[in-house]
Amino acid sequence: MGETPPEADNGVKKPKASEGVSVNGPTDFDGAVFEIERQIKDLEALSRKHGVDFAENIATLRKQQDQILRALVANLSPWDRICMARHRDRPTASDYISQIFSSFIELHGDRAFADDRAIITGLGTVDGHPVMIVANEKGRGVKEKGKRNFGMAHPEGYRKARLKMLLAEKLGLPVVTFIDTQGAFPGIGAEQRGQALAIAENLKTMASLRTPILALIIGEGGSGGALAIGVADRVCAQENSYFSVITPEGCSAILWKSADKRREAAEALKLDPRSLMTQGIVDEIIPEPLGGAHRDPRRASEILKAAILRNLAELRMTGLEELLRARYYRYRRIGSVVEGV
Amino acid sequence: MSWTNWRKKLSLRTKKEVPDGLFLTCEGCQKMIYKKHKEEGMEVCPECDYHFYLPIQKRLEMLLDPGSFEERFADIGPTDPLRFVDREPYETRLKKVQAQTGTKDAILVGIGSIQGRKAALGLMDFRFMGGSMGSVVGEKITRITECALERLMPLVILSASGGARMQEGALSLMQMAKTSCALARLSEAGILYVSVLTNPTTAGVLASFAGLGDIIIAEPKALIGFTGPRVIKETIKQDLPPGFQRSEFLLEHGLIDMIVHRRDLRERLGQVLQFCPERPASPGREEDPSGRHEALPLWQRAGETAHASATVPPQVVK
Ligand SMILES: [Zn+2]
Repeated sequence: MGETPPEADNGVKKPKASEGVSVNGPTDFDGAVFEIERQIKDLEALSRKHGVDFAENIATLRKQQDQILRALVANLSPWDRICMARHRDRPTASDYISQIFSSFIELHGDRAFADDRAIITGLGTVDGHPVMIVANEKGRGVKEKGKRNFGMAHPEGYRKARLKMLLAEKLGLPVVTFIDTQGAFPGIGAEQRGQALAIAENLKTMASLRTPILALIIGEGGSGGALAIGVADRVCAQENSYFSVITPEGCSAILWKSADKRREAAEALKLDPRSLMTQGIVDEIIPEPLGGAHRDPRRASEILKAAILRNLAELRMTGLEELLRARYYRYRRIGSVVEGV
Repeated sequence: MSWTNWRKKLSLRTKKEVPDGLFLTCEGCQKMIYKKHKEEGMEVCPECDYHFYLPIQKRLEMLLDPGSFEERFADIGPTDPLRFVDREPYETRLKKVQAQTGTKDAILVGIGSIQGRKAALGLMDFRFMGGSMGSVVGEKITRITECALERLMPLVILSASGGARMQEGALSLMQMAKTSCALARLSEAGILYVSVLTNPTTAGVLASFAGLGDIIIAEPKALIGFTGPRVIKETIKQDLPPGFQRSEFLLEHGLIDMIVHRRDLRERLGQVLQFCPERPASPGREEDPSGRHEALPLWQRAGETAHASATVPPQVVK
């Protein structure tokens, strides 16, 4: 040993789309509105073909669709939200980066081992304000997903993120992170190169980084692998995202000793943004277009951008020492214990 | 009859024939070992040096100068913040484990001396729900870290954990951030933190405070890793290399500083602590016999103290 080829698990089989690494298709949710969408499309086609005006019918159908969506959204279970967070068509970090930031300059590599494509880092400006961007990137489509390792980073990804955050500190740039990962990659090379230690080092670095940090949960907040870019002054979660200590599937397998209790696990883990807010873990919920970000990515970006601008403006107003003190207490307060009994 | 002969004789027998409670099969070498020998040898297999679980009280005896341990924050206990129910309510589980172990949660913290050197200490108990980190472990690690900073004494934590406690959901996950925040402050004040990894130390605990030691020591053959071997195997659909995620594997890959046999741990820790600068004790802080600690407001004072003392030139004591 010792001479293990360095590319050990970069060369190793990556999970394929068919291997159950969450490449969800349409949710149940989509099924319910699909029929109406089909009818609208049919009417539009008919209208073009025969020159008949179905505008009134279409308007009625759209209203119906809207009502159904509203009703569905009002009753989303935690598991439904997870399906939305994992939705095949959900915008990924690079979609948001290209929509929200201008002059994005990607910075690669951890200066030691490799450039982990599961994490994107780089410089960008949002409405003229320069920032450092650090993002989990899942990729879309089989090829791209493979390249991005389904958004599951190796230690070099976390080390790259850490280096770029230290650069942000040096340049006095706020850090904006986009969280969207099932978790850190479980592999031989990842362990050999210290997956856990890389994550731990990031937590410590972010705890005392002398520049504002804004974290945005845009999909999956999968455990330590997500937290590794998620220690921040402000944590905002999109409406259909989650942040959890373990995936509902993993929790089901371990606690229920069964593969099919993921719905119950999702419920029990209180991992949805609203519950997270009551736990003091999430500060703000960022709304999504009706029916989810994937139904209107452009609008989703606009809403997200507004939230970024507002939060950065607030963080810029805070003095550095006060910022660090508040960051410390933000985490210091989280948890529930009894004392003196 | 010598021990080896005994063993040879015994190994011919099947498990069921062995008188109950006298012998057991070693998890490390699968050989039959005499329980008494294991117990007398600090719960280490006399055949292969496999380190078994060592009860916390025995750990204390083994590591600290006699009578020097002072428990802190003993009255902090768990709650069931999510009203978590799987096959059994978390509350019920907690009560059962508390009754079995006689402790409130998976960690003991306090102050004690190791070979004459005072240190803030944390010891995790794997018997309590797999040493999982929920709010209590996170809170007590954070408080003992703050205590180390306030008193300007080195911190030593012995970990044994399967990771974050699922029943407290994301609150458990956030304890990773919380403990790391406290350790970042300790680091900035220039205070040494030694992390000792015992079998097993994995997942969220390794990926936070246990992985942040300035010096990281592991007991031999301990399982140390982020993801459990079974999950890795299932994901990559490959066999794992021999010795994967054991202490020796981590040492070879440059992830830890040293492997220390349990019988040498006290001496080695004592030697290491000699290298950390002696600083004046925090002034103006009364001993609090209840062990209770108003962590938040005191903290600011502690920060000032740590800053002020940074101007005192550090010195190595013999
Ligand atoms: Zn053995």
